Amino acid sequence: MIRQLFSFKGGVHPPMNKEISTKQPIRAAKLAKQLILPLHQHIGESAKPIVAVGDNVLKGEKIARASGYVSASVHAPSSGTIVAIEDRPIPHPSGLNATCIVIETDGEDRWIEHAPESTPYREMDASHLRNIIRTSGIVGLGGAGFPSYIKLNPAGTKVDTLILNGVECEPYITCDDMLMRERADQIVAGATIMRHALQATQVLIAIEDNKPEAYASVSAACEGEDIEVVKVPTLYPQGSEKQLIKVLTDKECPSNGLPIHIGIVVHNVGTAAAVHNAINLGKPLISRIVTITGDGVAEPCNLEVPLGTPMQTVLDDCGGLTNNVDRVVMGGPMMGFAMHSANVPVIKTTNCVLAATEDNVAPPSHVMPCIRCGACADVCPVDLLPQQLQWYARAKELDRAQEYNLFDCIECGCCAYVCPSNIPLVHYYRYAKTEIWAQEREKEKADIARQRHEFRQSRIEREKAEKAARLAKKKAAVKKPANAAGKTDKQAEIQAALERAKAKKEQQEAKPQNVDNLTPAQQKQVSEADARRAEAEKQGVDASENQANAGSTPPEDKVKD
Amino acid sequence: MQLNTPSSPHFHGPSTVTTVMMRVVYAMIPAILAYAWLFGWGVIINLVLTSITALATEALMLYLRKRPIKMFVSDGSALVTALLLGVALPPLAPWWLVFIGTAFAIIFAKHLYGGLGFNPFNPAMVGYVMLLVSFPLEMTTWPAPHSLGGVTLNLSQSLAYVFGSDLPAGMAVDALTSATPLDSLKTELGLGKAMDAITAAPIFGMLGGTGWEWINIAFLGGGLWLIYKKVISWHAPVGVLGSLGLISLIFFIIEPENYTPPMFHILSGGAILGAFFIATDPVSGATTPKGRLWFGAGVGLLTYIIRTWGGYPDAIAFAVLLMNMAAPTIDYYTRPRVFGHKGK
Repeated sequence: MIRQLFSFKGGVHPPMNKEISTKQPIRAAKLAKQLILPLHQHIGESAKPIVAVGDNVLKGEKIARASGYVSASVHAPSSGTIVAIEDRPIPHPSGLNATCIVIETDGEDRWIEHAPESTPYREMDASHLRNIIRTSGIVGLGGAGFPSYIKLNPAGTKVDTLILNGVECEPYITCDDMLMRERADQIVAGATIMRHALQATQVLIAIEDNKPEAYASVSAACEGEDIEVVKVPTLYPQGSEKQLIKVLTDKECPSNGLPIHIGIVVHNVGTAAAVHNAINLGKPLISRIVTITGDGVAEPCNLEVPLGTPMQTVLDDCGGLTNNVDRVVMGGPMMGFAMHSANVPVIKTTNCVLAATEDNVAPPSHVMPCIRCGACADVCPVDLLPQQLQWYARAKELDRAQEYNLFDCIECGCCAYVCPSNIPLVHYYRYAKTEIWAQEREKEKADIARQRHEFRQSRIEREKAEKAARLAKKKAAVKKPANAAGKTDKQAEIQAALERAKAKKEQQEAKPQNVDNLTPAQQKQVSEADARRAEAEKQGVDASENQANAGSTPPEDKVKD
Repeated sequence: MQLNTPSSPHFHGPSTVTTVMMRVVYAMIPAILAYAWLFGWGVIINLVLTSITALATEALMLYLRKRPIKMFVSDGSALVTALLLGVALPPLAPWWLVFIGTAFAIIFAKHLYGGLGFNPFNPAMVGYVMLLVSFPLEMTTWPAPHSLGGVTLNLSQSLAYVFGSDLPAGMAVDALTSATPLDSLKTELGLGKAMDAITAAPIFGMLGGTGWEWINIAFLGGGLWLIYKKVISWHAPVGVLGSLGLISLIFFIIEPENYTPPMFHILSGGAILGAFFIATDPVSGATTPKGRLWFGAGVGLLTYIIRTWGGYPDAIAFAVLLMNMAAPTIDYYTRPRVFGHKGK
């Protein structure tokens, strides 16, 4: 049966240049003297080191454990000694450093004791499977690096389709292609484990039609398994999860949603092979296949590289960089980022190291103004209007940019690829996104500060008002009787004060409250307090007398005003 | 080693502004040849004059605005403006008319708004309309097409006429000129004549105006090639011709005696040129696919209204300029549904 395929809007056909790295079979990379393992090789929280400098570790030994739900453990890719736990350059667009565990390898490559699970996976509980996958440090090997065990947890949702992504639509990259050609059985074994964990109804393996060898090999490995291998027409960016789902099922994953919300889970084929290694062989994720390619390297090929191997070592393994190399990109030419130096390690998400010469990549030609031709909108796989977005991003009209769905942009680069004015569109969108994030953080901070300030203001005002009220009350108490009576002489005021005092006293004497059943001690306290009050009242009368005497302005003058 | 670290993508396709503009130029060549064959050297002289003026003014303005001259002069956009204006002007128009119109288009409609990519109005149409309202006599003096036995001037005679208004001895201006089909249709309809009586005149051909049909068919071919090459999308042309055809059909069905038939509307005057080469101007037109359809439909509708009830026989230029004003609003209301978002 031939599956009906659908399509997503847009996409481009850049030159693929894949053949230059598929001539040789996958070979093992040379073991580096030092392995540099960043604690953060995935999406989520950094792992926590569980070794100390000076410790000896064996191959496959856990050296950092996952911390928090979205996190992944790190294992020693070879045996040796921990020589440092410190900040080192990592492969990241910022070019910043981050904490890494550095292992000096001993060259013996001695494994820690490991064995496959004693019970076959079919008899294992899904949560147990996920736990092994979690402790094996497996993350999505397609490039995003999301911890895989989370994506194997349907959390009550019925999973209709498990898709294994062997599309590999980026130019130059061939690591999945070679894996599918050479290790299809591992992928299929991993797929069956994933299906068991998810209880998925059907399993599809999607491969673009520019990889006939991989298609043949995977099809052969699926013989007798209930897995469908689907050949999809080559189109960039079909390997993007949501676009692939659209092609295979015609379902659109909602903008803010995950595929699981529509009953679909997508994993990379490399991840499936890693799951097979963890469950069926008991091996954690300590190496991956990396495509070393581009005209900037002498012998392009695919290597199985222990994680943490410096890229320079890997490039040297392939004959070294040529003199005319322009940039070294981690990932493909459409979405990969150019690194500041090759002195960074291969990590779990390093699918490709592209050493590009100026001929390989776009020569830095003039950027012209946008002519609104709309070529970008025609190729946008999410149907944005890049020509409008760039305008708002450049003008820093960030509200407008968000209104035009900036955050739906997957940064695939199709728009910039076709732009006749050569505008670095994706760069503008990244900039706008970063600005918005920064503004949101600022706003949050400002909100807290404003709330505090407002609270303080209101408190000060309340206190002021209370004080003013007290004062006004006092004043009113002093003046009212005088004014009301129309008496202005001293005698009258004194008379009034005396009357007030008398009235107060009478009131107090009238009925003291809560004085039933008092203990003798309490009685004593009450009588003491009464004495003090009487004293205070006496002074109060004196004070009002003084006040009246000192008053230089007679009340009637005030009335005149 | 110093490595470059530009932002992704690291690939760029072959398309440049120059290739886009030059394809528009190539697409106009067949129609220009047909035009020159029918109306003589005046057409070529116009195009040469507009091209030279446009490129020179473009360079001058870039110099004054301190912008890179070579990069922008070679982008081809000034040449496209020159050709669009050149084919819209009457052949054998005096040189100063051509010069003023082109310079105005480049200086006022393009560079004073910020140059390439920033002009809200189509520069060629601004130049054309400025000439039409300022020099109505010169702008409506058209030679008769060669196929109707119109007198044709050779190159040197044409040059003498364009630059010095000198005609060969014994030739009167009246011998050269003739009303355009749309013009005569408008006048005669205004005089209360019936449609079939009017179109029986020799300046009306099988489909539209004699000769004009061929120019428009050539423009149609060039336009279809541009769609095939993905330089333009089908939306604006379909909008223009669809709305113009539809509305003229409705009125023609109701009163065939007093209203021009749809084919005539489409194949005479500037409808095809406007649909494929002017309404598709990316800078001043709408930019969303649906927006382009509406933009085109607006151009078609306004063209019909002005042709039928307005003061000008042809109206593509006015219609385009009016719709240019509406383009930002059209774009705002025709944004496509983004992947993964719910429909309207």
